[in-house]
Amino acid sequence: MKAARYGIDDRPIFVIDQSRCIGCEACVQACEECGTHRGRSLIHLDRIDRAATTQTAPMVCMHCEDPTCAQVCPADAIKQNEDGVVQSALKPRCIGCSNCVLACPFGVPKYFAEVDQMMKCDMCTDRTSEGYAPMCASVCPSEALWYGTADEFQETRRGALVDGWLFGHQHVTTKVFAVVDDVEAGPIDVVGGTARSWLDDPFGLEEGAS
Amino acid sequence: MTENTPNTQQQNTPVPVLTIAPDTAERYRVEQVVHELAQAQHEAGEPTAPNANAAIAAQLNDTLTKDEQKVVADFAKQIDISNPEHRAEVAAVWGVDESEIPGKGLPAQALIEAIHAGEIKGLLSICFNPAVSAPDTAFTAEALDKLEFYAVIDFFLSETARHADVVLPGSLHEEDEGTSTTGDGRIIKINAAVPPPGEARRDWEILLDIAERLGRGEHFRYSNTEEIFDELCRASSGGKADYTGATWERIEAEMGLFWPIPEVGHPGTPRLYEGGHFAHPDGRARFHAVPYRPPAEVVDDEYPTWLTTGRVVSQYLSGTQTRRIAGLVAQNPEPRCEIHPILADSLGVADGDRVTVRSRRGEITLPAAVVTTIRPDTVFIPYHWPGRQAANQLTIRAVDPLSNMPEFKVAAVRVERAEEGDEP
Repeated sequence: MKAARYGIDDRPIFVIDQSRCIGCEACVQACEECGTHRGRSLIHLDRIDRAATTQTAPMVCMHCEDPTCAQVCPADAIKQNEDGVVQSALKPRCIGCSNCVLACPFGVPKYFAEVDQMMKCDMCTDRTSEGYAPMCASVCPSEALWYGTADEFQETRRGALVDGWLFGHQHVTTKVFAVVDDVEAGPIDVVGGTARSWLDDPFGLEEGAS
Repeated sequence: MTENTPNTQQQNTPVPVLTIAPDTAERYRVEQVVHELAQAQHEAGEPTAPNANAAIAAQLNDTLTKDEQKVVADFAKQIDISNPEHRAEVAAVWGVDESEIPGKGLPAQALIEAIHAGEIKGLLSICFNPAVSAPDTAFTAEALDKLEFYAVIDFFLSETARHADVVLPGSLHEEDEGTSTTGDGRIIKINAAVPPPGEARRDWEILLDIAERLGRGEHFRYSNTEEIFDELCRASSGGKADYTGATWERIEAEMGLFWPIPEVGHPGTPRLYEGGHFAHPDGRARFHAVPYRPPAEVVDDEYPTWLTTGRVVSQYLSGTQTRRIAGLVAQNPEPRCEIHPILADSLGVADGDRVTVRSRRGEITLPAAVVTTIRPDTVFIPYHWPGRQAANQLTIRAVDPLSNMPEFKVAAVRVERAEEGDEP
């Protein structure tokens, strides 16, 4: 599926590997410093379960092929550009109802009351359209957020790329890839538990020790 | 003051000097200024001259790290201030007599102890915030108030600066240019993005002016930081950290240079000891076995829980910069005490409840973070905050005899659920 969608040219892909996240918050600060939404960080950095673990996980917009946020928008304010990147709500149309905030299966859109508008990660269209990595991927020290070609990924990284997700009966295909440890299985079943698993050893440290 | 630190034998040095700076050029400058300061006092016959107890503490990295302790009292990196040969070489570069160069200084914590004991009466410090970063904050505050004269160069009015007689507003690294050398030996260039605001000035210009006022300006004729860097390169020639071949042009063009760079055109040394040749006469490396030594304070019936202190990701060192940045404050607005559910249950403490942690030095009241990522016999408090939020109210002044690091990681405390109305 990756080859079918991205193998036709050398265009870079965005990859998110939660297992590599070290919780440094550099992505949050970098996002906040972006000139197009200065002072508002649109990336999420979640503590999975702080009582039990220090593991953190970044969440960018996954840029669904058929975005749920746009489906539920009563004002038709959420659009995709020609590359399939899902944009923030159009200011003249957004009525601030926050349907998208509630509906997004990944919890990505943020509602900002002071401007009465939903804003979300747009994969730094201003940067990626000029060939630069998104702000978050450009600062991530552990490459949990990564931007490059599929070939580069295969050469330098562990795990397999997945762009399919199951939320109950809803099957979602995303532009952004996640990383799992097996190549063959199908989409990541978020609700029902999954046969897929995240990388246990994303940096190859244990393998080298044995 | 521990008995076995190498520095105790330097107690009679006329000018106890502490220089702690991440950049060798800065360190180099500071050594010279304190020397000039002492000379000027001596020549002027000022009241303080008989003891000439002046010291400079310079510390951009304002906690007391092992690496800093290591570099204390060096001139340029890896040049030994107590080595007569090295002293002569540096004196030649400076154009002064070797006898005019002061002796070895004190590690940071020893400096505070010496101030408290009345052995050091004057201090000029640069980016030094021991009121937050040094152990036993009550003791540190007492020491700072004992100084007969205290001048501070800092970019914000730190908690320590509030004890000063004179505060000279300095510059952030965004407001000055120069080099910094990272832990792996890479010299990098930092360029100014904006000029210092208001009355703030670049630190090196302040030091030049101090030298001028002290009548030794002829040794400080620099018109820019590149000239200072070039002098550092000359002075480091032949040392272990040899900057001879480093220039600003090369550092920028090659995205940093690794020392040693022993001659012009040398590519630098990205990895030391390539080929298995180490810096001993036989070329072999040495392992140093360190016998276990218990901490200065251990838990007992009265103080039954271990305290360890450290950092959180959004705050940097004593927080002089990061406690002023809203986005970082939002991530960690205040310290929280990490405590294991087993200990928390035994104290009747739930996540978010306020707890009071007491040691033989002081106490702190703060919210609990109940987590299983800490041992049940240990609590953790980050140290970045001042005053009644300072973890170092609790820590002990004992230092490791080799590294001179205070025992920030071990203290004995008693944890209790805070009473209603207890304030942080």
